Amino acid sequence: MTTEYAGLAGWTPAALPVPGEVRPVVSAPDPVLSRPGPEVDPTSDEVVRLAADLIATMRVSPGCVGLAAPQVGVSAQVFAVDVTGHPKALTVHGTFVLCNARVVEAARWKSGREGCMSVPDLTGDVKRASRLVVEGLLPGTGASVRLVTDGFEARALQHEIDHCLGLLFLDRVAGAHAIYQRKVYQ
Amino acid sequence: MSELAITVIGRDRPGIVADVAEVLARLGANLTDSTMTRLRGHFAMTLICVGPAAADVEAALAPLAADGQLLATVRAVAPDGAAVPTGEPYVLAVHGADRMGIVAAMTRVLTDAGGNVTDLSTRLTGSLYVVVAEVDLPPGTFDEVAGRLALAAAELGVGVSLRPADTDLL
Repeated sequence: MTTEYAGLAGWTPAALPVPGEVRPVVSAPDPVLSRPGPEVDPTSDEVVRLAADLIATMRVSPGCVGLAAPQVGVSAQVFAVDVTGHPKALTVHGTFVLCNARVVEAARWKSGREGCMSVPDLTGDVKRASRLVVEGLLPGTGASVRLVTDGFEARALQHEIDHCLGLLFLDRVAGAHAIYQRKVYQ
Repeated sequence: MSELAITVIGRDRPGIVADVAEVLARLGANLTDSTMTRLRGHFAMTLICVGPAAADVEAALAPLAADGQLLATVRAVAPDGAAVPTGEPYVLAVHGADRMGIVAAMTRVLTDAGGNVTDLSTRLTGSLYVVVAEVDLPPGTFDEVAGRLALAAAELGVGVSLRPADTDLL
């Protein structure tokens, strides 16, 4: 039987036995972004390699706080998150990857404007829970973990779990008038 | 490929969007950016389309407007490509008792500060007047603009708020 840990039980990217490679990030309307990803075997070599690649790709992408497998063209329920240092983050679990993650508790819904690397020209107002409990499996060991988080990390987790289910923030915008052209400043 | 600016407005009824969109699709007019909304019982559509000539679209929409319930206009516009970002995004909200000149006074403050309105809606319900706008402001002007808006609002006897439309990139 798998042991269930609260938090990440000391997991860090160093636990992955392979170095990650940067993969190209795909943009909408690539159909992979709209397809629900299948559950994965978190102990498989393929998923471990994917986990390392997601972290590597996230790290070279400026401002990126999370990246899901469909965003690198792989339909699978795997994502990486790291909100370390973000000004809106409260609880921070550092860099981690979860497989087959599920939201098990969600409360205190708050509206916020979101953008996504895979929808580079638009933003949208989306309600997300600011108190969140997520369960998932760690890549490599396959250990089951339960993360209790809030604020910005909670928003990032919901956004990435949505990617794994084939949903973009566009599927959750608050109304017909809640998408905006994204503005980029230099 | 000509770019067309099309407006359709008329008494609201179910099916206006489907009727107009069908005409455009049949002509091979690709509907790009648009807003379509109900304004006090009128349905107003503002569309940018790419494809056929303006005259063809006008002719095709004419039967829809024949009963006098819909007014359609079509004109060719020069494609201007992607909008150039002009500043940092903010959301302006104004509400208070209806009176003349609220939108004029508020947007004049924005314009004088080098700001640009990218989206704006107004609603009048009973005596309550509401304005919500997306505004780009030049960097570093927020405090001054907020102060001037507050002054203008005080003169009009309405409330105003200006807040950053900051985006979380995920």
